[in-house]
Amino acid sequence: MKNFHVACLLLLLALVVRPAVAAIEELEFSSPEQEERYLNLIDEMRCPKCLNANLSGSDAPIAADLRAEIHAQITAGNSDDEIIEFMTARYGDFIMYRPPLNIGTALLWFGPLVLLLAGFVVIRRMLAASSSSASTSENLSAEERKHLDQLLAETPLATTPLTKTKDQP
Amino acid sequence: MSNRAKLFIPGFFFVSMLGLLLFGLFRDPNLLPSALVNRPLPEFSRPDLFDETAVITSDMLKGGVFLVNVWATWCPPCHVEHPYLVEISEREPDITFVGVNYKDDPKLAREFLDERGNPFKHSLVDADGHLGIDLGIAGAPETFLVDATGTIRYRHVGVIDNKIWDEVFEPILEQIK
Repeated sequence: MKNFHVACLLLLLALVVRPAVAAIEELEFSSPEQEERYLNLIDEMRCPKCLNANLSGSDAPIAADLRAEIHAQITAGNSDDEIIEFMTARYGDFIMYRPPLNIGTALLWFGPLVLLLAGFVVIRRMLAASSSSASTSENLSAEERKHLDQLLAETPLATTPLTKTKDQP
Repeated sequence: MSNRAKLFIPGFFFVSMLGLLLFGLFRDPNLLPSALVNRPLPEFSRPDLFDETAVITSDMLKGGVFLVNVWATWCPPCHVEHPYLVEISEREPDITFVGVNYKDDPKLAREFLDERGNPFKHSLVDADGHLGIDLGIAGAPETFLVDATGTIRYRHVGVIDNKIWDEVFEPILEQIK
């Protein structure tokens, strides 16, 4: 029984620990600032193999290679922009979790905003239309008002029996 | 616009949204746009798999249609693909097949090709996987079609078989030739 508990605990531990292990490699940086840049870049870049994981969270061999590549370039003194250019030249914009702003991605960036604004415009126009239709009874010509009065005088007689028949079992 | 026509606007939005989502549903999310298509084959210089004192450079792969196949013995899909490559290379003598042995044990790779047939005219060793990164690969197997000007025209991710060759590669080769 005790062995079983230990086994369960180990299994649980394995589940908890595994995702974090993916990015732990023995790497040396000449400054904490370089290490921070490295950690930031591997968080910002997508693993080309697993698609929904970033480089830091992926176990795929290609992700390990790309982490090593980023590390090598950082220690060689390349800037973040140079590294991003290196990666996008080979893997496309896709490798960046944050897509860059260009013609192809403009819809992605501004589409929701445009839809939101369009929604506001539609709501405003609907409100304006309903308030103007509410006030139309005051904007009737003398002839229309006379016709309306005539209709109103007729309708109560017509509608009352209708509602009554509806109430009957 | 008449009020009647306005009534169709929400429906129009609904249908176009539906179309967009349906389109997305039937797309293969693993098909990534390759950054290297219509760009020149990256320059490289790598040892020859069968003669490690010799070097194969990208300059040697010019003037003609090349098929560059990235493979390894540790990659099970490559084992599946291999007999098709042997067969297709015999059928298509105009295309020069180039094998990039990717992060592999060269000895195992040589044995593999000796045993099961070698479709490649040139086999080069990419021991550290740097050529793989330059090619923008995500794994193995991956295959690139390079035209006579040295431009990559197509990147195929995954196994090539006869069906994929006929349906995907042949039409592209028609354009390249």
